[in-house]
Amino acid sequence: MPAVSFQQVEKTYSGARGTFRALDGVSFDIEPGEFFGLLGPNGAGKTTLISILAGLTRPTGGRVTVMGHDVQRDEAAARKSLGIVPQELVFDPFFSVREALRIQSGYFGVRNNDAWIDELLAELGLTDKADANMRQLSGGMKRRVLVAQALVHRPPVIVLDEPTAGVDVELRQTLWAFIARLNREGHTVLLTTHYLEEAEALCHRIGMLRKGQLVALDRTAALLSASASTMLRFKTDQALPPAMAPQARITGRIVQLKARDAADVEGQLAALREAGVKIEDLEIGRADLEDVFVEIMRSGAPAAQAVAA
Amino acid sequence: MIRLAGARTLFYKEVLRFWKVAFQTVAAPVLTAMMYLLIFGHVLQDRVQVFEGVGYTSFLIPGLVMMSVLQNSFANSSSSLIQSKVTGNLVFLLVSPLSHWAWFVAYVGASVVRGLVVGFGVFIVTVWFAPPAFAQPVWIIVFAALGAGMLGALGLIAGLWADKFDQMAAFQNFIIMPMTFLSGVFYSVHSLPPFWLQASHLNPFFYMIDGFRRGFFGTSDVSPWLSLGVVGTAFVVVSAIALHLLKTGYKLRP
Repeated sequence: MPAVSFQQVEKTYSGARGTFRALDGVSFDIEPGEFFGLLGPNGAGKTTLISILAGLTRPTGGRVTVMGHDVQRDEAAARKSLGIVPQELVFDPFFSVREALRIQSGYFGVRNNDAWIDELLAELGLTDKADANMRQLSGGMKRRVLVAQALVHRPPVIVLDEPTAGVDVELRQTLWAFIARLNREGHTVLLTTHYLEEAEALCHRIGMLRKGQLVALDRTAALLSASASTMLRFKTDQALPPAMAPQARITGRIVQLKARDAADVEGQLAALREAGVKIEDLEIGRADLEDVFVEIMRSGAPAAQAVAA
Repeated sequence: MIRLAGARTLFYKEVLRFWKVAFQTVAAPVLTAMMYLLIFGHVLQDRVQVFEGVGYTSFLIPGLVMMSVLQNSFANSSSSLIQSKVTGNLVFLLVSPLSHWAWFVAYVGASVVRGLVVGFGVFIVTVWFAPPAFAQPVWIIVFAALGAGMLGALGLIAGLWADKFDQMAAFQNFIIMPMTFLSGVFYSVHSLPPFWLQASHLNPFFYMIDGFRRGFFGTSDVSPWLSLGVVGTAFVVVSAIALHLLKTGYKLRP
Protein backbone atom coordinates (compact mmCIF):
# COMPACT_ATOMS: atom_id res chain seq x y z
CA MET A 1 0.00 0.00 0.00
CA PRO A 2 1.48 3.38 -0.98
CA ALA A 3 1.80 6.03 1.72
CA VAL A 4 0.19 8.58 -0.57
CA SER A 5 -1.66 7.87 -3.79
CA PHE A 6 -2.87 10.47 -6.29
CA GLN A 7 -5.21 8.98 -8.89
CA GLN A 8 -6.28 11.12 -11.85
CA VAL A 9 -6.58 14.19 -9.63
CA GLU A 10 -8.30 17.13 -11.30
CA LYS A 11 -9.09 20.58 -10.03
CA THR A 12 -10.89 23.24 -11.99
CA TYR A 13 -11.58 26.68 -10.59
CA SER A 14 -14.59 28.44 -12.10
CA GLY A 15 -14.69 32.18 -11.75
CA ALA A 16 -16.04 35.30 -13.39
CA ARG A 17 -13.11 35.29 -15.82
CA GLY A 18 -13.72 31.74 -16.98
CA THR A 19 -12.44 28.40 -15.80
CA PHE A 20 -8.91 27.53 -14.81
CA ARG A 21 -7.58 23.99 -14.74
CA ALA A 22 -5.15 23.93 -11.84
CA LEU A 23 -4.65 20.15 -11.99
CA ASP A 24 -5.20 18.05 -15.07
CA GLY A 25 -5.26 14.35 -14.25
CA VAL A 26 -2.27 13.99 -11.94
CA SER A 27 -1.44 10.40 -10.91
CA PHE A 28 1.47 9.08 -8.90
CA ASP A 29 2.21 7.15 -5.71
CA ILE A 30 4.65 7.81 -2.88
CA GLU A 31 5.91 4.67 -1.17
CA PRO A 32 6.22 4.36 2.60
CA GLY A 33 9.56 5.69 3.85
CA GLU A 34 10.24 7.63 0.68
CA PHE A 35 11.58 11.20 0.60
CA PHE A 36 9.69 12.61 -2.37
CA GLY A 37 10.22 15.99 -4.01
CA LEU A 38 7.46 17.76 -5.90
CA LEU A 39 8.84 20.49 -8.11
CA GLY A 40 7.38 22.96 -10.52
CA PRO A 41 7.29 26.66 -11.28
CA ASN A 42 4.85 28.99 -9.49
CA GLY A 43 1.30 28.23 -10.55
CA ALA A 44 2.11 24.68 -11.66
CA GLY A 45 -0.38 23.25 -9.14
CA LYS A 46 1.91 22.05 -6.34
CA THR A 47 0.07 23.80 -3.53
CA THR A 48 -3.32 22.85 -4.98
CA LEU A 49 -2.27 19.20 -5.00
CA ILE A 50 -1.07 19.42 -1.40
CA SER A 51 -4.25 21.25 -0.36
CA ILE A 52 -6.31 18.40 -1.79
CA LEU A 53 -4.13 15.89 0.06
CA ALA A 54 -4.68 17.81 3.32
CA GLY A 55 -8.43 18.18 2.79
CA LEU A 56 -8.16 21.97 2.49
CA THR A 57 -9.52 21.88 -1.03
CA ARG A 58 -11.78 19.36 -2.75
CA PRO A 59 -10.75 17.84 -6.06
CA THR A 60 -13.04 18.24 -9.06
CA GLY A 61 -12.17 14.69 -10.05
CA GLY A 62 -10.01 11.75 -9.08
CA ARG A 63 -9.06 10.27 -5.75
CA VAL A 64 -6.34 10.77 -3.15
CA THR A 65 -5.47 8.36 -0.34
CA VAL A 66 -3.11 8.63 2.64
CA MET A 67 -2.03 5.31 4.16
CA GLY A 68 -4.99 3.78 2.33
CA HIS A 69 -7.53 6.27 3.69
CA ASP A 70 -9.51 8.29 1.15
CA VAL A 71 -9.05 11.99 1.98
CA GLN A 72 -12.71 12.71 1.28
CA ARG A 73 -14.63 9.65 2.45
CA ASP A 74 -12.40 8.70 5.39
CA GLU A 75 -11.10 12.16 6.14
CA ALA A 76 -10.47 11.80 9.89
CA ALA A 77 -8.18 8.77 9.44
CA ALA A 78 -6.44 10.40 6.47
CA ARG A 79 -5.78 13.64 8.35
CA LYS A 80 -4.45 11.78 11.37
CA SER A 81 -1.86 10.16 9.11
CA LEU A 82 -0.68 13.53 7.78
CA GLY A 83 1.39 16.34 9.21
CA ILE A 84 1.34 19.45 7.04
CA VAL A 85 3.73 22.38 7.27
CA PRO A 86 1.85 25.12 5.43
CA GLN A 87 3.59 27.51 3.08
CA GLU A 88 2.20 30.67 4.70
CA LEU A 89 3.73 31.80 7.97
CA VAL A 90 0.52 31.57 10.01
CA PHE A 91 0.15 31.59 13.80
CA ASP A 92 -2.44 32.15 16.49
CA PRO A 93 -1.46 35.36 18.32
CA PHE A 94 -3.35 34.45 21.50
CA PHE A 95 -1.08 31.62 22.58
CA SER A 96 2.46 30.75 23.60
CA VAL A 97 4.51 28.18 21.72
CA ARG A 98 3.78 25.44 24.22
CA GLU A 99 0.07 26.26 24.33
CA ALA A 100 -0.11 26.18 20.53
CA LEU A 101 1.53 22.75 20.48
CA ARG A 102 -0.67 21.34 23.26
CA ILE A 103 -3.78 22.62 21.49
CA GLN A 104 -2.72 21.15 18.16
CA SER A 105 -1.98 17.85 19.88
CA GLY A 106 -5.42 17.91 21.50
CA TYR A 107 -7.15 18.37 18.13
CA PHE A 108 -5.69 15.02 17.15
CA GLY A 109 -6.89 13.43 20.38
CA VAL A 110 -3.35 13.14 21.79
CA ARG A 111 -3.37 14.31 25.39
CA ASN A 112 -0.50 14.34 27.91
CA ASN A 113 1.94 14.71 25.05
CA ASP A 114 4.49 16.90 26.84
CA ALA A 115 7.42 14.49 26.53
CA TRP A 116 7.18 14.55 22.72
CA ILE A 117 6.45 18.29 22.69
CA ASP A 118 9.64 18.87 24.73
CA GLU A 119 11.61 16.73 22.31
CA LEU A 120 10.23 18.65 19.34
CA LEU A 121 11.09 21.96 21.00
CA ALA A 122 14.64 20.76 21.68
CA GLU A 123 15.18 19.33 18.18
CA LEU A 124 13.99 22.53 16.56
CA GLY A 125 15.90 24.86 18.90
CA LEU A 126 12.74 26.25 20.48
CA THR A 127 13.20 25.21 24.10
CA ASP A 128 13.95 28.70 25.40
CA LYS A 129 10.99 30.11 23.44
CA ALA A 130 8.46 27.60 24.81
CA ASP A 131 6.65 30.17 26.94
CA ALA A 132 7.04 33.10 24.57
CA ASN A 133 3.92 34.38 22.85
CA MET A 134 3.76 33.54 19.14
CA ARG A 135 3.70 37.26 18.29
CA GLN A 136 7.13 37.80 19.83
CA LEU A 137 8.88 35.25 17.60
CA SER A 138 10.90 36.08 14.51
CA GLY A 139 9.84 34.68 11.15
CA GLY A 140 12.33 31.83 11.34
CA MET A 141 11.14 30.88 14.83
CA LYS A 142 7.52 30.92 13.69
CA ARG A 143 8.50 28.59 10.86
CA ARG A 144 10.01 26.17 13.39
CA VAL A 145 6.78 26.22 15.39
CA LEU A 146 4.85 25.36 12.22
CA VAL A 147 7.09 22.34 11.76
CA ALA A 148 6.58 21.31 15.39
CA GLN A 149 2.79 21.72 15.04
CA ALA A 150 2.78 19.46 12.01
CA LEU A 151 4.69 16.74 13.86
CA VAL A 152 2.96 16.95 17.23
CA HIS A 153 0.73 13.90 16.59
CA ARG A 154 3.61 11.82 15.12
CA PRO A 155 2.09 11.44 11.65
CA PRO A 156 3.53 8.71 9.39
CA VAL A 157 3.42 11.10 6.40
CA ILE A 158 4.99 14.57 6.61
CA VAL A 159 4.25 17.21 4.00
CA LEU A 160 6.45 20.28 3.76
CA ASP A 161 5.21 22.99 1.40
CA GLU A 162 8.14 25.30 0.67
CA PRO A 163 9.41 25.04 4.24
CA THR A 164 12.64 26.93 3.62
CA ALA A 165 11.27 29.93 1.74
CA GLY A 166 12.89 32.98 3.36
CA VAL A 167 14.61 30.94 6.05
CA ASP A 168 18.21 31.45 7.17
CA VAL A 169 20.97 28.91 6.65
CA GLU A 170 21.07 27.76 10.26
CA LEU A 171 17.40 26.84 10.39
CA ARG A 172 17.60 25.16 7.02
CA GLN A 173 20.34 22.89 8.31
CA THR A 174 18.58 22.19 11.64
CA LEU A 175 15.36 21.48 9.81
CA TRP A 176 16.86 19.13 7.24
CA ALA A 177 18.85 17.25 9.83
CA PHE A 178 15.66 16.66 11.81
CA ILE A 179 13.49 15.77 8.81
CA ALA A 180 16.18 13.41 7.51
CA ARG A 181 16.23 11.71 10.92
CA LEU A 182 12.44 11.29 10.86
CA ASN A 183 12.72 9.90 7.34
CA ARG A 184 15.34 7.38 8.45
CA GLU A 185 12.99 6.37 11.27
CA GLY A 186 10.37 5.48 8.68
CA HIS A 187 8.34 8.64 8.11
CA THR A 188 7.36 9.35 4.53
CA VAL A 189 8.21 12.89 3.44
CA LEU A 190 6.67 14.92 0.65
CA LEU A 191 8.53 18.15 -0.05
CA THR A 192 7.86 21.02 -2.39
CA THR A 193 10.62 23.54 -2.76
CA HIS A 194 12.10 26.15 -5.04
CA TYR A 195 15.60 25.29 -3.88
CA LEU A 196 16.56 22.60 -6.33
CA GLU A 197 19.86 21.81 -4.64
CA GLU A 198 17.83 20.87 -1.56
CA ALA A 199 15.63 18.57 -3.57
CA GLU A 200 18.66 17.01 -5.27
CA ALA A 201 20.38 16.43 -1.94
CA LEU A 202 17.37 15.08 -0.03
CA CYS A 203 14.83 13.45 -2.32
CA HIS A 204 14.93 9.83 -3.44
CA ARG A 205 12.42 10.51 -6.14
CA ILE A 206 11.14 13.60 -7.88
CA GLY A 207 7.96 14.55 -9.63
CA MET A 208 7.67 17.69 -11.72
CA LEU A 209 4.45 19.56 -12.38
CA ARG A 210 3.93 21.93 -15.22
CA LYS A 211 0.60 23.68 -15.86
CA GLY A 212 -1.25 21.13 -13.75
CA GLN A 213 0.27 18.08 -15.42
CA LEU A 214 2.92 15.69 -14.23
CA VAL A 215 5.74 16.06 -16.75
CA ALA A 216 8.46 14.03 -15.02
CA LEU A 217 8.54 11.31 -12.42
CA ASP A 218 11.66 9.36 -11.65
CA ARG A 219 14.42 8.63 -9.20
CA THR A 220 16.56 11.72 -8.71
CA ALA A 221 19.68 9.95 -9.99
CA ALA A 222 17.87 8.71 -13.10
CA LEU A 223 16.54 12.19 -13.89
CA LEU A 224 20.06 13.57 -13.64
CA SER A 225 21.63 10.92 -15.83
CA ALA A 226 18.88 11.07 -18.46
CA SER A 227 19.59 14.72 -18.97
CA ALA A 228 22.43 16.13 -21.03
CA SER A 229 25.27 15.11 -18.80
CA THR A 230 27.74 17.93 -19.39
CA MET A 231 27.29 21.62 -18.72
CA LEU A 232 29.60 24.37 -19.87
CA ARG A 233 29.57 27.35 -17.49
CA PHE A 234 31.37 30.67 -17.91
CA LYS A 235 31.02 34.39 -17.33
CA THR A 236 30.92 37.06 -20.00
CA ASP A 237 29.87 40.65 -20.51
CA GLN A 238 29.23 40.20 -24.22
CA ALA A 239 26.29 38.94 -26.23
CA LEU A 240 26.43 35.33 -27.44
CA PRO A 241 26.39 34.46 -31.15
CA PRO A 242 22.77 34.37 -32.38
CA ALA A 243 22.90 30.64 -33.10
CA MET A 244 23.95 29.88 -29.54
CA ALA A 245 21.80 32.27 -27.50
CA PRO A 246 18.50 30.30 -27.61
CA GLN A 247 20.12 27.22 -26.03
CA ALA A 248 21.86 29.13 -23.27
CA ARG A 249 20.66 29.68 -19.72
CA ILE A 250 21.78 33.15 -18.71
CA THR A 251 21.78 34.39 -15.11
CA GLY A 252 23.32 37.85 -14.98
CA ARG A 253 26.88 37.40 -16.28
CA ILE A 254 26.78 33.63 -15.93
CA VAL A 255 26.07 31.61 -19.06
CA GLN A 256 25.35 27.86 -19.02
CA LEU A 257 25.34 25.76 -22.13
CA LYS A 258 24.39 22.14 -22.56
CA ALA A 259 26.94 19.86 -24.21
CA ARG A 260 26.63 16.22 -25.29
CA ASP A 261 30.33 15.31 -25.01
CA ALA A 262 33.86 16.65 -25.14
CA ALA A 263 33.72 17.29 -28.90
CA ASP A 264 30.57 19.31 -28.41
CA VAL A 265 32.31 21.38 -25.72
CA GLU A 266 35.19 22.03 -28.08
CA GLY A 267 32.84 23.06 -30.87
CA GLN A 268 31.02 25.51 -28.64
CA LEU A 269 34.24 27.06 -27.37
CA ALA A 270 35.45 27.42 -30.95
CA ALA A 271 32.20 29.12 -31.94
CA LEU A 272 32.58 31.55 -29.05
CA ARG A 273 36.17 32.32 -29.96
CA GLU A 274 35.17 32.87 -33.57
CA ALA A 275 32.44 35.30 -32.55
CA GLY A 276 35.00 37.18 -30.45
CA VAL A 277 33.20 36.55 -27.14
CA LYS A 278 35.60 36.97 -24.24
CA ILE A 279 34.90 34.48 -21.46
CA GLU A 280 36.10 34.11 -17.85
CA ASP A 281 35.87 31.45 -15.11
CA LEU A 282 35.23 28.59 -17.49
CA GLU A 283 33.92 25.39 -15.85
CA ILE A 284 32.85 22.11 -17.36
CA GLY A 285 30.65 20.07 -15.05
CA ARG A 286 27.87 17.60 -14.61
CA ALA A 287 24.28 18.80 -15.08
CA ASP A 288 22.46 19.42 -11.82
CA LEU A 289 18.78 19.21 -11.02
CA GLU A 290 18.28 22.82 -11.97
CA ASP A 291 19.50 22.07 -15.49
CA VAL A 292 17.14 19.10 -15.72
CA PHE A 293 14.29 21.20 -14.37
CA VAL A 294 14.84 24.00 -16.86
CA GLU A 295 15.08 21.51 -19.71
CA ILE A 296 11.85 19.76 -18.77
CA MET A 297 9.95 23.00 -18.18
CA ARG A 298 11.10 24.34 -21.55
CA SER A 299 9.96 21.38 -23.60
CA GLY A 300 6.31 21.89 -24.49
CA ALA A 301 5.00 18.34 -24.17
CA PRO A 302 5.43 16.14 -21.13
CA ALA A 303 8.69 14.23 -21.18
CA ALA A 304 7.00 10.95 -22.02
CA GLN A 305 9.88 8.66 -21.25
CA ALA A 306 10.49 10.33 -17.88
CA VAL A 307 6.86 9.86 -16.84
CA ALA A 308 6.79 6.26 -18.04
CA ALA A 309 9.83 5.46 -15.90
CA MET B 1 -13.21 8.99 22.21
CA ILE B 2 -10.61 10.82 20.11
CA ARG B 3 -13.22 13.13 18.66
CA LEU B 4 -14.47 13.93 22.15
CA ALA B 5 -10.95 14.84 23.27
CA GLY B 6 -10.53 16.94 20.12
CA ALA B 7 -13.78 18.82 20.69
CA ARG B 8 -12.81 19.40 24.30
CA THR B 9 -9.48 20.89 23.22
CA LEU B 10 -11.15 23.21 20.74
CA PHE B 11 -13.69 24.29 23.37
CA TYR B 12 -10.87 24.93 25.85
CA LYS B 13 -8.93 26.89 23.22
CA GLU B 14 -11.97 29.02 22.38
CA VAL B 15 -12.63 29.81 26.07
CA LEU B 16 -8.93 30.54 26.67
CA ARG B 17 -8.93 32.85 23.65
CA PHE B 18 -11.54 35.24 25.05
CA TRP B 19 -10.37 34.82 28.63
CA LYS B 20 -6.86 35.99 27.72
CA VAL B 21 -8.34 39.26 26.54
CA ALA B 22 -11.10 39.41 29.17
CA PHE B 23 -10.64 43.13 29.61
CA GLN B 24 -11.93 43.58 26.09
CA THR B 25 -14.31 40.62 25.87
CA VAL B 26 -15.87 40.67 29.36
CA ALA B 27 -15.10 43.94 31.18
CA ALA B 28 -15.90 46.21 28.21
CA PRO B 29 -19.42 44.87 27.56
CA VAL B 30 -20.16 44.97 31.29
CA LEU B 31 -19.17 48.64 31.36
CA THR B 32 -21.33 49.35 28.28
CA ALA B 33 -24.36 47.77 29.91
CA MET B 34 -23.76 49.76 33.07
CA MET B 35 -23.68 52.98 31.03
CA TYR B 36 -27.06 52.12 29.48
CA LEU B 37 -28.47 51.50 32.92
CA LEU B 38 -27.06 54.69 34.40
CA ILE B 39 -28.36 56.89 31.59
CA PHE B 40 -31.68 55.30 30.65
CA GLY B 41 -32.46 54.21 34.19
CA HIS B 42 -31.79 57.65 35.59
CA VAL B 43 -33.70 59.52 32.91
CA LEU B 44 -36.68 57.20 32.68
CA GLN B 45 -37.00 55.85 36.22
CA ASP B 46 -39.91 58.16 37.15
CA ARG B 47 -41.47 58.41 33.69
CA VAL B 48 -41.97 54.86 32.52
CA GLN B 49 -43.68 51.99 34.22
CA VAL B 50 -44.00 48.76 32.27
CA PHE B 51 -45.21 46.17 34.77
CA GLU B 52 -47.35 46.89 37.86
CA GLY B 53 -45.14 47.61 40.84
CA VAL B 54 -41.88 47.21 38.94
CA GLY B 55 -39.65 50.28 38.67
CA TYR B 56 -38.10 51.08 35.28
CA THR B 57 -34.57 50.33 36.48
CA SER B 58 -35.65 46.94 37.79
CA PHE B 59 -37.42 46.28 34.47
CA LEU B 60 -34.38 47.32 32.45
CA ILE B 61 -31.79 45.15 34.23
CA PRO B 62 -32.89 41.72 32.91
CA GLY B 63 -33.17 43.19 29.41
CA LEU B 64 -29.63 44.56 29.58
CA VAL B 65 -28.33 41.27 30.98
CA MET B 66 -29.94 39.30 28.16
CA MET B 67 -28.84 41.79 25.50
CA SER B 68 -25.26 41.39 26.74
CA VAL B 69 -25.58 37.60 26.73
CA LEU B 70 -26.85 37.60 23.15
CA GLN B 71 -24.39 40.13 21.73
CA ASN B 72 -21.37 38.49 23.35
CA SER B 73 -22.33 34.96 22.38
CA PHE B 74 -22.59 36.14 18.81
CA ALA B 75 -19.35 38.10 19.03
CA ASN B 76 -17.39 35.13 20.37
CA SER B 77 -17.88 32.57 17.63
CA SER B 78 -18.09 35.11 14.83
CA SER B 79 -14.99 37.09 15.72
CA SER B 80 -12.93 34.00 16.50
CA LEU B 81 -13.74 32.47 13.12
CA ILE B 82 -13.26 35.60 11.06
CA GLN B 83 -9.94 36.32 12.77
CA SER B 84 -8.72 32.80 12.14
CA LYS B 85 -9.83 33.03 8.53
CA VAL B 86 -8.24 36.40 7.85
CA THR B 87 -4.96 35.58 9.61
CA GLY B 88 -4.91 32.09 8.09
CA ASN B 89 -4.48 30.15 11.32
CA LEU B 90 -7.77 28.33 10.72
CA VAL B 91 -5.58 25.92 8.75
CA PHE B 92 -4.51 24.31 12.05
CA LEU B 93 -8.10 23.31 12.60
CA LEU B 94 -8.80 22.43 8.98
CA VAL B 95 -5.97 19.86 8.86
CA SER B 96 -7.21 18.25 12.10
CA PRO B 97 -9.55 15.25 12.16
CA LEU B 98 -12.26 17.17 14.08
CA SER B 99 -15.76 16.43 12.83
CA HIS B 100 -18.34 19.10 12.02
CA TRP B 101 -20.09 18.20 15.30
CA ALA B 102 -16.87 18.86 17.23
CA TRP B 103 -16.53 22.29 15.59
CA PHE B 104 -20.14 23.10 16.35
CA VAL B 105 -20.13 21.96 19.98
CA ALA B 106 -16.81 23.69 20.73
CA TYR B 107 -17.55 27.03 19.05
CA VAL B 108 -21.14 27.26 20.31
CA GLY B 109 -20.19 25.97 23.77
CA ALA B 110 -17.46 28.60 24.19
CA SER B 111 -19.88 31.28 22.95
CA VAL B 112 -22.43 30.22 25.56
CA VAL B 113 -19.73 30.44 28.25
CA ARG B 114 -18.72 33.93 27.15
CA GLY B 115 -22.34 35.08 26.92
CA LEU B 116 -23.15 33.76 30.38
CA VAL B 117 -19.96 35.15 31.95
CA VAL B 118 -20.69 38.62 30.55
CA GLY B 119 -24.37 38.33 31.49
CA PHE B 120 -23.45 37.38 35.02
CA GLY B 121 -21.00 40.30 35.17
CA VAL B 122 -23.68 42.73 34.00
CA PHE B 123 -26.08 41.34 36.56
CA ILE B 124 -23.54 41.72 39.39
CA VAL B 125 -22.76 45.37 38.63
CA THR B 126 -26.34 46.42 37.91
CA VAL B 127 -27.99 44.63 40.80
CA TRP B 128 -26.88 47.45 43.12
CA PHE B 129 -29.15 49.85 41.25
CA ALA B 130 -32.34 47.95 42.06
CA PRO B 131 -33.06 44.92 44.23
CA PRO B 132 -33.44 41.81 42.09
CA ALA B 133 -36.42 39.45 42.10
CA PHE B 134 -36.33 35.81 41.05
CA ALA B 135 -39.96 34.85 40.56
CA GLN B 136 -39.39 31.81 38.31
CA PRO B 137 -35.62 31.25 38.12
CA VAL B 138 -35.82 28.21 35.83
CA TRP B 139 -36.84 30.49 32.95
CA ILE B 140 -33.79 32.66 33.60
CA ILE B 141 -31.46 29.71 33.08
CA VAL B 142 -33.38 28.18 30.17
CA PHE B 143 -33.63 31.39 28.13
CA ALA B 144 -30.10 32.56 28.89
CA ALA B 145 -28.64 29.22 27.78
CA LEU B 146 -30.87 28.80 24.72
CA GLY B 147 -30.46 32.40 23.62
CA ALA B 148 -26.69 32.22 24.02
CA GLY B 149 -26.64 28.94 22.10
CA MET B 150 -28.68 30.34 19.23
CA LEU B 151 -26.53 33.47 18.95
CA GLY B 152 -23.37 31.37 19.20
CA ALA B 153 -24.60 29.26 16.29
CA LEU B 154 -25.64 32.39 14.37
CA GLY B 155 -22.14 33.78 14.98
CA LEU B 156 -20.72 30.58 13.58
CA ILE B 157 -22.76 31.04 10.39
CA ALA B 158 -21.71 34.69 10.11
CA GLY B 159 -18.07 33.73 10.71
CA LEU B 160 -18.21 31.10 7.99
CA TRP B 161 -19.96 33.42 5.55
CA ALA B 162 -17.90 36.60 6.01
CA ASP B 163 -14.60 36.87 4.15
CA LYS B 164 -13.63 40.25 5.54
CA PHE B 165 -14.02 42.19 8.78
CA ASP B 166 -16.32 44.77 7.15
CA GLN B 167 -18.77 42.05 6.08
CA MET B 168 -18.83 40.87 9.67
CA ALA B 169 -19.39 44.42 10.89
CA ALA B 170 -22.31 44.73 8.45
CA PHE B 171 -23.86 41.51 9.77
CA GLN B 172 -23.50 42.79 13.31
CA ASN B 173 -24.72 46.33 12.62
CA PHE B 174 -27.56 45.59 10.21
CA ILE B 175 -28.92 42.32 11.60
CA ILE B 176 -27.87 41.70 15.19
CA MET B 177 -28.08 45.27 16.52
CA PRO B 178 -31.55 46.13 15.12
CA MET B 179 -32.94 42.78 16.24
CA THR B 180 -31.67 43.27 19.80
CA PHE B 181 -32.81 46.87 20.06
CA LEU B 182 -36.25 46.06 18.61
CA SER B 183 -36.75 43.18 20.99
CA GLY B 184 -38.03 45.02 24.03
CA VAL B 185 -34.82 45.44 25.99
CA PHE B 186 -35.69 49.03 26.87
CA TYR B 187 -39.49 48.87 26.78
CA SER B 188 -42.48 46.57 26.68
CA VAL B 189 -43.48 45.92 23.08
CA HIS B 190 -47.06 46.72 24.11
CA SER B 191 -46.06 50.37 24.27
CA LEU B 192 -45.21 50.29 20.54
CA PRO B 193 -47.54 51.39 17.68
CA PRO B 194 -49.49 48.41 16.18
CA PHE B 195 -47.18 47.91 13.18
CA TRP B 196 -44.03 47.68 15.28
CA LEU B 197 -45.84 45.53 17.81
CA GLN B 198 -46.62 43.06 15.01
CA ALA B 199 -43.08 43.30 13.69
CA SER B 200 -41.67 42.59 17.14
CA HIS B 201 -43.63 39.35 17.29
CA LEU B 202 -41.66 38.13 14.26
CA ASN B 203 -38.38 38.75 16.03
CA PRO B 204 -37.07 35.71 17.93
CA PHE B 205 -34.97 38.03 20.11
CA PHE B 206 -38.21 39.43 21.53
CA TYR B 207 -39.17 35.98 22.85
CA MET B 208 -35.71 35.46 24.37
CA ILE B 209 -35.89 38.68 26.31
CA ASP B 210 -39.55 38.30 27.23
CA GLY B 211 -39.03 34.74 28.49
CA PHE B 212 -35.86 35.71 30.33
CA ARG B 213 -37.63 38.61 32.04
CA ARG B 214 -40.45 36.28 33.03
CA GLY B 215 -37.97 34.48 35.26
CA PHE B 216 -37.39 37.67 37.24
CA PHE B 217 -40.87 39.18 37.51
CA GLY B 218 -43.26 36.30 36.90
CA THR B 219 -45.08 38.38 34.27
CA SER B 220 -44.38 38.73 30.57
CA ASP B 221 -45.86 40.04 27.33
CA VAL B 222 -46.50 36.53 25.99
CA SER B 223 -46.62 33.07 27.55
CA PRO B 224 -43.16 31.71 28.43
CA TRP B 225 -44.13 28.44 26.76
CA LEU B 226 -44.74 30.25 23.48
CA SER B 227 -41.37 31.96 23.93
CA LEU B 228 -39.72 28.63 24.65
CA GLY B 229 -41.26 27.16 21.49
CA VAL B 230 -40.09 30.05 19.31
CA VAL B 231 -36.59 30.26 20.80
CA GLY B 232 -36.18 26.47 20.79
CA THR B 233 -37.24 26.26 17.14
CA ALA B 234 -34.94 29.15 16.20
CA PHE B 235 -32.05 27.41 17.97
CA VAL B 236 -32.69 24.14 16.15
CA VAL B 237 -33.03 25.82 12.74
CA VAL B 238 -29.92 27.99 13.13
CA SER B 239 -27.92 25.03 14.49
CA ALA B 240 -29.02 22.82 11.61
CA ILE B 241 -27.86 25.46 9.11
CA ALA B 242 -24.52 25.90 10.94
CA LEU B 243 -23.95 22.13 11.04
CA HIS B 244 -24.81 21.79 7.38
CA LEU B 245 -22.34 24.54 6.43
CA LEU B 246 -19.63 22.92 8.53
CA LYS B 247 -20.32 19.48 7.11
CA THR B 248 -20.22 20.65 3.50
CA GLY B 249 -17.12 22.77 4.18
CA TYR B 250 -18.88 25.97 3.01
CA LYS B 251 -16.12 28.52 2.25
CA LEU B 252 -13.77 26.39 4.36
CA ARG B 253 -12.77 23.70 1.90
CA PRO B 254 -13.30 25.17 -1.60
